Amino acid sequence: MTTLQRLSTLQAGQSAIVQALHVDTGFQYRLHALGFRIGKKLELIRIAPFNGPLQLRIGNTEVMLRKHDADQIEILV
Amino acid sequence: MKRIALIGMPNAGKSTLFNRMSGANAKVANWPGVTVDLLTAKLLLAGEMTELVDLPGIYDLHGFSDDEQIVRHFLCNNTIDLVLIVANASQVDRQLSLALQLRSLGLPAVLLLNMSDEAKNLGITINTEQLSQQLGYPTALISAKYGQGYSDAYRLIETSLQNSSPTPAQTLEQNFAVDQEMENELETIVRNSVDLPTQISHPLTEKLDKVMLHPILGLPLFFVIMYMVFQTIYTLGAPLQDLVAWLLEGFRDLILVPLLSSLPALLSDFLINGVFDGIATVASFVPVIILFFLMMAVVEDSGYLSRAAFLMDALMTRMGLDGRSFVMLLMGFGCNVPALMGTRTMRSRGLRLLTMLVIPFSLCSARLQVFVFMATALFAPSQAPLVLFSLYIMSFVTVIITALLFKGRFNSQEPFALELPPYRFPTSRQMFLRGWHEISHFLHRATKFITIGVVLVWILTNMPYGVEPASSASWSGWIGDVMSPILSPAGINPELTVALIFGFVAKEIVIGALAVIYGLEGTALMQGIAQQIDWVQAYSFMLFTLIYTPCLSTIATLRAEAKSAWFTTLALVWPMTLAWSISAGFYQMARYLGY
Repeated sequence: MTTLQRLSTLQAGQSAIVQALHVDTGFQYRLHALGFRIGKKLELIRIAPFNGPLQLRIGNTEVMLRKHDADQIEILV
Repeated sequence: MKRIALIGMPNAGKSTLFNRMSGANAKVANWPGVTVDLLTAKLLLAGEMTELVDLPGIYDLHGFSDDEQIVRHFLCNNTIDLVLIVANASQVDRQLSLALQLRSLGLPAVLLLNMSDEAKNLGITINTEQLSQQLGYPTALISAKYGQGYSDAYRLIETSLQNSSPTPAQTLEQNFAVDQEMENELETIVRNSVDLPTQISHPLTEKLDKVMLHPILGLPLFFVIMYMVFQTIYTLGAPLQDLVAWLLEGFRDLILVPLLSSLPALLSDFLINGVFDGIATVASFVPVIILFFLMMAVVEDSGYLSRAAFLMDALMTRMGLDGRSFVMLLMGFGCNVPALMGTRTMRSRGLRLLTMLVIPFSLCSARLQVFVFMATALFAPSQAPLVLFSLYIMSFVTVIITALLFKGRFNSQEPFALELPPYRFPTSRQMFLRGWHEISHFLHRATKFITIGVVLVWILTNMPYGVEPASSASWSGWIGDVMSPILSPAGINPELTVALIFGFVAKEIVIGALAVIYGLEGTALMQGIAQQIDWVQAYSFMLFTLIYTPCLSTIATLRAEAKSAWFTTLALVWPMTLAWSISAGFYQMARYLGY
């Protein structure tokens, strides 16, 4: 079953498809350049201690993203 | 002269390539339209002198960070014959976007796919012919780190350079528009010319990350690693420093003193006890500095710094900072100046200013010299590394105090994403180049600041003519007496006060100044100081040195980067206040407890 949800709700080890980026233009450029594009598959590797950032793999790139910012990204699990 | 601009995303190995091409004879230079200095090197290509300019690493030509604007302004204001695009071959599927953006601007370019060795190990095959045809840019696979693929790359660069006609800078501005079709084209090119395995993995990186980024062990492990780095520097560096000091002392007593004995007493005293002692004491720390930067090169190039950002981000957020601020603080352990410049990647002004306010508390390598010297002079060999480590802890404590106090004034909600590159180990060549760079940097500072500094200190301690050096009748004695009501509550005596005043220019001068003030050098200087002050005074002096202000270059950089007079004033006044409060607080407390 597939459901639409926020990236911040993903569990470590889970994979998902990027659906939408609800961020300002500047940050959108950065995310695009790092490989966050609609339809791309990403995987959540782990979450840092003390409610810290997420470690994600998208393509051949590993990226850290804060929970707060991950909240702005919609994914399909 | 033709001009080549080097452009690439961060972590694409751009600087490694630049170092290799320039053979480490790079210079910083100013450019029209750009407010910052860029690294430049001249080299012979296709029989013609060509200028190679290293632009900051950027993700996007259209982005809003300072670095991205610098590149944009550079391209719009300078004539460029050829752009060298450096991309990470194993991430070509996304890094190609920069090449497409440059093409849409109509710039002549050559694409160099770097880290071909890594891509090959991951099972990525790239059809460069196909890629080059579709992209319209000559393309070559290279490994800047191991020096592979260079003859091909040079051939492409030379041919392109001969055929290219420079793009007039003005037309570029009109071409800076986002191409909506670029995204689709990127996918087509990659699909046709790159064979990407469906599941790419870096097994070693994954295994290492399991331990290094462990939810519970990660942070303690980070501190253990940092402690081991500094312990190694001290254990290896202290004997080396003794050796150099011993050699310089021998040179002074056996060669310099007999050689200058025929000169008038005042002049030979000036040359030996002023210039030579001052510079020699500073020079004896060169091995410690080289060791320090070799270790830093390993940590920086390994990819561990961005892991540190990942681990610390949650804590830094509570202080109004973020993971990048933490990485800049660690970079500041080397030198505060590049760390301050590194904040350009931050878009939010509040976050950037707060980070710039805390970076000067980062215990830089120049201050490390003072601390190694004082710790060796006043503490037992078993205690000295702990004293050093405690100062690193204090460095963090002052950062935390400052950030918590000022975070309300410098508010920010900037989103940020940081790449975590796979772990890499630098080659011995990279480490050698880094060490060489630091020595030349040191010699540069030595000729400029340190010599002038020690000469001035000598004049202050020996004038007016005929007084006993550094006595209360001399000029330095007078300055020490005037300042004594302020600094004696912190246990800092008149001699140390004069050293602190000169340390304002550069911390390297502090020990040079002490050598001149006490008229001693090397081991004799350490013993001389140990006889005059006790460990409580020495520690208070070290605390003051750590906190009060890094150096004139740091202040100048702060001013240039922040472009604000009131912020520069704050960045001067606040650390002074904090330095005095902590030193005096420590000194009075220690004395009250009976030490």
